[in-house]
Amino acid sequence: MSSNVLTRKDFISDQAVRWCPGCGDYAILAQVQKVMPELGIDRENIVFVSGIGCASRFPYYMNTYGFHTIHGRAPAVATGLHLARPDLSVWVVTGDGDALSIGGNHLIHMLRRNVDLKILLFNNKVYGLTKGQFSPTSNQGMKTKSSPFGSKARPFSTLALALGAEATFVARTVDTETQHLQEMIRRLANHRGSAFLEILQNCPVFNDGVYEDLKDRKIKSDHLLILENGEPLVYGADSNRELRLDTSAMRLYPARRDLSDDSVEVRHNEAAPDASLAMMLARAEGEDYPVPLGVLRAVREPTFEELSLAEGQAQRDAHGEGTLAELLYSPDRWKVD
Amino acid sequence: MSGNDEVPVEEIPSVVIRLVGDSGDGMQLTGGELTRAAALAGNDIATFPDFPAEIRAPAGSLAGVSGFQLQFSSGEIFTAGDAPDVMVVMNPAALRTNIRDLEKGGLLIVDTGAFKAKNLELAGYAENPLEDGSLADYRLVVVDISKHVTLTLKGEGLSTKDVFRTRNFYALGLLFWLYGRSPEAELEAIHRKFAKRPEIANANSKVFQAGFNFGETAELFESAYRVAPAKLPAGEYRNITGNEASALAILAAGRLADKPIFYGSYPITPASDILHYLSAQPRYGVTAFQAEDEIAAVTASIGASFGGSIAITGTSGPGFALKQEGIGLAVIAELPLVVINVQRAGPSTGMPTKPEQSDLMQALYGRNGESPVAIVAPSTPADCFDSMLDAIRIAVEHMCPVVYLSDATLANGAEPWRIPAPESLQPIQVNHRIEADGFSPYIRDPNTLARVWAVPGTPGLEHRIGGLEKEDGSGNVSYDPENHQHMTHIRQAKIDRIADRLPPAEIFGDPEGDLLLVGWGSTFGPLRQATIALRDQGHAVSHMHLRFLNPLQSNVSEALLKFRRVLVAEMNMGQLRTLLRDRFLVDAKGLNKMQGQPFQIREVVHAARELLTEVPAETIK
Ligand SMILES: Cc1ncc(C[n+]2csc(CCOP(=O)(O)OP(=O)(O)O)c2C)c(N)n1
Ligand code: SF4
Ligand SMILES: [Mg+2]
Repeated sequence: MSSNVLTRKDFISDQAVRWCPGCGDYAILAQVQKVMPELGIDRENIVFVSGIGCASRFPYYMNTYGFHTIHGRAPAVATGLHLARPDLSVWVVTGDGDALSIGGNHLIHMLRRNVDLKILLFNNKVYGLTKGQFSPTSNQGMKTKSSPFGSKARPFSTLALALGAEATFVARTVDTETQHLQEMIRRLANHRGSAFLEILQNCPVFNDGVYEDLKDRKIKSDHLLILENGEPLVYGADSNRELRLDTSAMRLYPARRDLSDDSVEVRHNEAAPDASLAMMLARAEGEDYPVPLGVLRAVREPTFEELSLAEGQAQRDAHGEGTLAELLYSPDRWKVD
Repeated sequence: MSGNDEVPVEEIPSVVIRLVGDSGDGMQLTGGELTRAAALAGNDIATFPDFPAEIRAPAGSLAGVSGFQLQFSSGEIFTAGDAPDVMVVMNPAALRTNIRDLEKGGLLIVDTGAFKAKNLELAGYAENPLEDGSLADYRLVVVDISKHVTLTLKGEGLSTKDVFRTRNFYALGLLFWLYGRSPEAELEAIHRKFAKRPEIANANSKVFQAGFNFGETAELFESAYRVAPAKLPAGEYRNITGNEASALAILAAGRLADKPIFYGSYPITPASDILHYLSAQPRYGVTAFQAEDEIAAVTASIGASFGGSIAITGTSGPGFALKQEGIGLAVIAELPLVVINVQRAGPSTGMPTKPEQSDLMQALYGRNGESPVAIVAPSTPADCFDSMLDAIRIAVEHMCPVVYLSDATLANGAEPWRIPAPESLQPIQVNHRIEADGFSPYIRDPNTLARVWAVPGTPGLEHRIGGLEKEDGSGNVSYDPENHQHMTHIRQAKIDRIADRLPPAEIFGDPEGDLLLVGWGSTFGPLRQATIALRDQGHAVSHMHLRFLNPLQSNVSEALLKFRRVLVAEMNMGQLRTLLRDRFLVDAKGLNKMQGQPFQIREVVHAARELLTEVPAETIK
């Protein structure tokens, strides 16, 4: 319909944005609004669905269709919407509490089904909206009002969880890496199937600085591993570090490129049918490890919607479009005069 | 071979038969076949399947007993009958749990082959009741069905287990002979039903025929019986259960509205059959989505509704509790949604296969905030069709959630349904906003107060909705105190105004008198039949059965005031009664049964008479 060229401004709604000053959510909103016009999708065919939390206010600020639903249920609402309307481009915006605590069940099942939805998970490792309790991704020991002596449980590895749930597209980026964030949004948009993007997001009010290592210009290159498909897993200011495969323990470990050892160089392959490498990358966590950013996995598998449409078509081909008369007049009926 | 003519044939107006056996004995199947034969012969029928929740309770145990009661009649009937006239018993546990219900002098047909020491012990019998004279009050007919089927199927190469499992068809054959049903149609049905296992089809047919022949030749019965066809209104009929009728109406609605249907559900007894039925029919444009839980089922349905589908979500009590937050979202988002609750006995898991009507308050008040929804309750299996169409019409025309309260009796019970002519069904009007000029998401129809239904994909109508309070008209998030007061009233008024479209509640009997029996849902049959009985005895009793529980029809208040006494009979502690007392300040009394069993007609008659005797002789005239 509106085939005139859209710009960033077309995607800005008339609602005042209400996040705290300095919140990472602003940067994400700006980049989404910037990439949207490039996708060639008319605004009326885009829907943003969210749950509850600071992150979930997102749809109000997008001049598209939007549904700010209830806590944790956005993946389910979006699943129903997209099953009913596979013609739409449906995006899910959620937080770490929304997606991984109250809505964990819906998230894993949406991924498992490979519903064609784009998921933006804003991970600030804290409950922002409810004023700072620990979340399922909070670092163990985090002190908050509900964990004054330190949180006791271990955090989820978000990407490992998504991979474990059979996600066909898994990626990670950071709110401050503008170009990378844009690129990831584009990749997400172009994937067919459940596309899961974790965006590491700073909450300056309740969890300021959790990602400082990834943001401080002086040190960040030692802590960020930008994944490039087909390339070795190299990082570090002087590109002197690499995640290599320790074959005896079957794990990736941070090695120095100038020192040789028994480990094996690994080239990234996001399209590998088997998710083992992606899983190793997701689990490459620890003191000396860099944080991999980029696409860990991107494979094309039939989507839930495609299978659902095909099922309907096969049934119509075999038995015809059902009519009302056919429905009512069952073969076992009888007549009373 | 001695012929049928040697046994006298007695014409009877109706008969109530109960088949009881172990869960593995195929009583539900047998009951279904007997029902179909009666329906095909033109009788009016009503059934009450009653089975345990455990799929595999230990064989022969009391917990594993499964029953199927049906009544077929030459006159109009509304229930499967109070007490059976005939009981077919397949094992000792079934005898023990059911015999007290059989009418004195009733016909008791027993498979003696199943009355072995182990089964007797499992049923807690020290002595074999077939031999100790304890059944002297009944006309006992003993047949060693187990032995007969073994002999019939000798040399067929079936396992002992498979042979034993044909016993129900032997009993069915006997009953076919006893009630003069033609065996041909049944033989065909057996071959259709077991098409995938021809050896079993063959065995069942042989055994069925053997049972039929045995009835004819063995002179077991002093008489055979005939129940003449009922004088049902002319038309085409089919036999239908409540769950089937609900599902059928859902598919019909898609055609009547020319819209896709979305059905979100998570398996739960006794609602699952609706999911099963719809899952098999994608060609009618239904997307049946088995969600990961009830929360996902309701919220996915809300998503589909936002996308412009007719959305329905189905469950039973425990799942309904889980859906409540989602229903609240549909209330504030003002999206159409039908929520089916096939009620069962609670609380918690309760008695999953047994009926109760204890979720009315949950439907009315079970959500946070002032959160009104419409409530529709079907009253008979066939009525599920019309009630579901009503529920869907209300949802899409008034842009609100509608709770549809069925229950386990309706879900599984069957009756003949006069098939409506397709062209007689009113189309369902769905109006999606297209016009961008002057659009905002919360502008309303001045009469119904329904907001516009604008669906994604429509250019120029991009908008955001959600669970936060809305400013009326614009739909923008609002914390304004006056607006919240206003919106709370609007949401209530929207539901209240549904009453404007409803026909008056029907009063069966006179519009005034000594006693008004009031009910809703599956109690229709016993209440109606009790009313007929009481009126026959000369009492000034009428019956009002409510299909619409929120809003109540506009004549309800007046109707209640025209009677000296009001008796609300419910399978709960008095939820409708509380509502009526609250709304209309009437001194309604309650008849309340929480046994996981429907009312018996005589229980209702008894309670009504007790109340009537308290009434001064003269009535308001
Ligand atoms: C059913 C329910 N339980 C609890 C809440 C309160 N609540 C709102 S947002 C939230 C946590 C949000 O955390 P997260 O998803 O990480 O989002 P953030 O605010 O950090 O962006 C909670 C517990 C709610 N709205 N609904
Ligand atoms: S609380 Fe944190 S996450 Fe929420 S808006 Fe403020 S800064 Fe952003
Ligand atoms: Mg958070």
